[in-house]
Amino acid sequence: MRIGIACPYSWDVPGGVQSHIRDLAEALIDKGHDVSVIAPADDDRPLPDYVVPTGAAIPVPYNGSVARLSFGPLSLNRVRRWLREGNFDVLHAHEPTVPSLSLLACWAASGPIVATVHTAMPKSRVLLATQGVMRSALEKIDGRIAVSEAARTTLVQHLGGDAVLIPNGVATHRYRDASPLPGWPGEGGTIGFLGRMDEPRKGLAVLLRAFEILGQQRPGLRLLIVGPGDPADARAKLPAALRDRVHFLGEVTEEQKVQALHSVDIFCSPNTGGESFGIVTAEAMAAGAAIVASDLDAFRMVLRGGTAGELFRNGDAADLARVAGALLDDPARRAELSVAAIDAVRAYDWSVVAREVLSVYETVALGRRATVGVAT
Amino acid sequence: MILFYVVVAVLVVVITAVYVSWRAGRLDRLHHRTDGARTALDLALVRRSSAAYELASSGLLDPATSLLLADAVRRTKENGAREDVFDRELAESDLTRALRAAFTQPEFRLSLKDNEGAEELVAGVEAAARQVFLARKFYNDIVARTLEARRRPLAQLFRLAGHAARPVFFEMDDALPDE
Repeated sequence: MRIGIACPYSWDVPGGVQSHIRDLAEALIDKGHDVSVIAPADDDRPLPDYVVPTGAAIPVPYNGSVARLSFGPLSLNRVRRWLREGNFDVLHAHEPTVPSLSLLACWAASGPIVATVHTAMPKSRVLLATQGVMRSALEKIDGRIAVSEAARTTLVQHLGGDAVLIPNGVATHRYRDASPLPGWPGEGGTIGFLGRMDEPRKGLAVLLRAFEILGQQRPGLRLLIVGPGDPADARAKLPAALRDRVHFLGEVTEEQKVQALHSVDIFCSPNTGGESFGIVTAEAMAAGAAIVASDLDAFRMVLRGGTAGELFRNGDAADLARVAGALLDDPARRAELSVAAIDAVRAYDWSVVAREVLSVYETVALGRRATVGVAT
Repeated sequence: MILFYVVVAVLVVVITAVYVSWRAGRLDRLHHRTDGARTALDLALVRRSSAAYELASSGLLDPATSLLLADAVRRTKENGAREDVFDRELAESDLTRALRAAFTQPEFRLSLKDNEGAEELVAGVEAAARQVFLARKFYNDIVARTLEARRRPLAQLFRLAGHAARPVFFEMDDALPDE
């Protein structure tokens, strides 16, 4: 298929939507499809050859913060030219409710259109009068995809109708190989955690209580914590003797994150709830980490009922300490889990997710019997 | 001789009293004018929001620009009702920036040339923006003079400002789209 993808945000700036589009586009290209991504980007920076840049995005206040977006007549002309020259079988617009190339593409295109909504937002954001403009753009969408249940609710509220839920994939090949951070995991063993420290449902508090037990038994054991939040708050929850053995990396780049996942003996997902899929856990699995996770349904499923990673009783720090302790003492079991995790996470790889997205494309194209053109 | 000193003392008291009450009257007038200038500024801001909203919902702009402007207008309306001046200043500045970003897009004016009514709408926004610029200049000017008058030792000694609230400057980005 010839697929045109519209990206709302600057390609040069790291972000969830951009990586989603990059991984999807590359998975589709791997399957032999023709993919062209239109995105705001500087023409003079090196870009993958499937990206068509429209020039730098302009920083502009939107929804209470400053976003880098593309809008205006020149952007519209570029989108039109891209649509005309691309002769796509399907147009896939990401985040079409943001003032961006995606909205412009929906507005300017005719033919089969698929849209993916990434983030949830309140309805109040769109005024009634512009809903006229918005509606004429968004009503053309034939197939809607939401990456999360919250995003799906947003879509349904804005546009009525329904959306297919297709969660993010994991680009497992990006996680497979990396060298550990210098000095890690070290002799005494390391337990890793990745996520917002101040979000209670991520469960850092449970892990810290378990570390209080484990740390006293094992003098060399360390904790490696990656993610935003205040280290002082987390340290304060530990007895003074253990505080030096917790290390905080804060927010890290994509590469550092992969390195961190390779720097631990055990990766812990102590989430106490709210995790619909557990992308972080899946990424750690792709890195071949031995996983210890709470026994939420989502984790039980991803970890194949405990064969691709150990489970502990949700919220039970003593149980976590017991399970993690046994695993720290058993390198053979860790190696076994690592292999099983890499195997299990294949089901969540982008190549699998891309197949689902493709079937949405095919369904939509089937009904329209025309390729994408420029609306008159 | 004693009579002479009494007369002088009475004169001094009377002159001082007249002077003080004249200063008090001036300060009072300044406060009133501050209120007036503030009303003018509020009106100018509301007018600008309305003009921007009219342009955004006219269907003459591309949908991305429309949405951008409508979002900025919505935020000024939400924050206009609130007491927090800082949020309001921020929202109004954001509308200025959104308008500037939209109006300085390459080919923005060219793309509107052949559309009926577009010129009037754009001109309406520009006129309203100029009014905001002027109204804020005048308001801040009178606020500065009032604050200065309140600071005088005499005004402080006799508490001439009374219960009148201390006026505050209105700070925002109001640079016009074309400058």
